[in-house]
Amino acid sequence: MQNKQEYLALTEKRAARSPVLRDCFFAFVIGGLICLAGQGLRSLYLALGIEERPAMTLVTVTLIFLAALFTGLGLFDDLARIAGAGTLVPVTGFSNAVVSPALDTKSEGMILGVGSKIFTVAGPVLLFGTLAGALYGVLYYLYGVIFV
Amino acid sequence: MMDIFLSCLFAFLVGGAFCVIAQLLLDLTRLSPAIILVLYVTTGVLLGALGLYTPLRELAGCGASVPLIGFGGNIAEGIREAVDKDGLLGVLSGGLTAASSGTAAALCFGYLTAIFFRARPKRL
Repeated sequence: MQNKQEYLALTEKRAARSPVLRDCFFAFVIGGLICLAGQGLRSLYLALGIEERPAMTLVTVTLIFLAALFTGLGLFDDLARIAGAGTLVPVTGFSNAVVSPALDTKSEGMILGVGSKIFTVAGPVLLFGTLAGALYGVLYYLYGVIFV
Repeated sequence: MMDIFLSCLFAFLVGGAFCVIAQLLLDLTRLSPAIILVLYVTTGVLLGALGLYTPLRELAGCGASVPLIGFGGNIAEGIREAVDKDGLLGVLSGGLTAASSGTAAALCFGYLTAIFFRARPKRL
């Protein structure tokens, strides 16, 4: 590395290798296909006589399981490199964000290491989901008390 | 038959659209993937609170429930039902109850994966 300009030119070139349009295309197709697969699983579970609501929950659980398995096999990252947000946004991305740090911290111990790192992303997601939900709950409760 | 085709089409289109929005945020802003997940869950709660999530799920099925928006939408629906049933206590119990199966699945499968698999060196 000669100087700052060269470094900047190099990072610019590397960064430019991710054309937005192509990224969006793969995100759309792969993300859409994951949701379509979910829809297929839902039809399967409904056909097995499971009610609508547990069927939807089972779809989520199945996708979480598959994403965890693919993460363990090392295949998830390969797909995510192409799909970008296409694998991040479906519940598969949440699963990967839980599994991946857990897997990486085995060496720090199976109880405290994995036990804390497993919440690296799940923690913020649960915290802010719960906070937003509680805020809505309070407003909904007050609305019910005052207006109904 | 037409119904199945349409529900699949909407699942694909709506699910894909949510991913494109996130991809644009990834490419055009400095938001990290983890922040986007947080953003999507809270957006889902907001959509649920505004009463928009349920009709969206009826239209798009898994196109609405599989993206992390659905996680948030479930939390809002769970809170509403719990407040209707238990009053103020439902504010605390409804959200995590609705999120419980997804969270427990991710944690349990995550830990099992950590037991049975080895981390691979990251390829760049």
